[in-house]
Amino acid sequence: MPQIAQIADTYSSQIFWLLLTFGLVFFVIGLGMVPKVQGTADARDAKISGDLDAAKAAFARADEAEADYRVRDAGNRAAAQATLAKAKSDAAKATEVKLAAADAVVADKIAAAEARIKGASEAAMAEIETVAADAARDMVARISGVEASDDAARNAVKAALAHG
Amino acid sequence: MAESGKIDPMHQFAIEPLFGTDHWSLGGFNIAFTNSALYMVLAAVVLWIFVIGGMKRELVPGRWQMAVEYMTGFIKNLLISNVGEGGKKYIPYVFSLFMFILLANLLGLLPLGLIGMHPFTFTSHFTATGVLAIMSFSIVLIVGFWKHGLHFFSLFVPHGTPLAMIPVIFPIELISFMVRPFSLGLRLFVAMTAGHVLLKVLAGFVINSSNAGIGYGLTVGSASFVLMIGISALEMLVAVIQAYVFALLTSVYLNDAENLH
Repeated sequence: MPQIAQIADTYSSQIFWLLLTFGLVFFVIGLGMVPKVQGTADARDAKISGDLDAAKAAFARADEAEADYRVRDAGNRAAAQATLAKAKSDAAKATEVKLAAADAVVADKIAAAEARIKGASEAAMAEIETVAADAARDMVARISGVEASDDAARNAVKAALAHG
Repeated sequence: MAESGKIDPMHQFAIEPLFGTDHWSLGGFNIAFTNSALYMVLAAVVLWIFVIGGMKRELVPGRWQMAVEYMTGFIKNLLISNVGEGGKKYIPYVFSLFMFILLANLLGLLPLGLIGMHPFTFTSHFTATGVLAIMSFSIVLIVGFWKHGLHFFSLFVPHGTPLAMIPVIFPIELISFMVRPFSLGLRLFVAMTAGHVLLKVLAGFVINSSNAGIGYGLTVGSASFVLMIGISALEMLVAVIQAYVFALLTSVYLNDAENLH
């Protein structure tokens, strides 16, 4: 086993070169370069977690803004609906008043027209009675040669008109 | 290696000085640049190149930067889950340790023998793993005594120990604590050595059975070869797991030093 057989000849060289090479590795690489590598990794980790935190904060702000917007939106809707309802009721009231006025005018006109129609039809009736009485008297005179009195003819016509 | 027609599965662990540096020395100690040292340098250079790819520092990483950041993040999570937030300051050390061992294990598994080179796994030498284990253990001791002073010894008296039991529990806990650097270093060394020996023994079966005749080659040789393929995959898993275990145990021990119990 050379590890044991050669130990007397080689131990000093082994120890010397190991300390030299490991010493260089430790001081140049371990102390000189590794902290920089680790620093880069740490800086990246810090940046990633910082960015994540910023994103989370932005999310929270966005949520807040949305909630705010919803509240304002609901308020605006309610106000708009109230305005709309008021306008509707105002319009309905105004329409009612106008309709009532127009109704009154129309009713007056109808009443006047009905009165005129009634007058006209009464006059026409009277005319018809006179004409019918004259016709009745003529018919009586021609058929029987008797002169009927004006009143008798008028009564007979009235009775006939009443029976239809 | 093949003198007398035998294949020595242990030869792969032999340390040889390279480039005629046998006689380099420092304060009387030999510091020859060996094949082991070459693979230590290779592991360091490959790790350096790997981490350079993670230095682009872009906000949206590319694949390479992602891979490097994945490894540092992996070590960071390991330390946070075992030590807590206070464990972050050990990221440079545990990352260096984990990646250095991982690359050493993996580079030693490269099939460089196909192009005539000899791959070497320095984590299969307890001289190397021992140094790494002692380093981790020393950091635990230094941090423990620095933060808690002599109160650190309360680590050896678990919560709720009856007063009468303390004289018994204390030495047991102390011994189990002192064994840690040995178990830490030997575990890696043994796992790496065993895996490589197994691969070389099976490779020897393939070669020797083929040399013995076509019948042996087709039966014993091909069976061994299929087994080698499976065990090579297993060894890659072991390479990762052993590096992870080393880093994990280091962070578990650091937790004792940081937080006591």
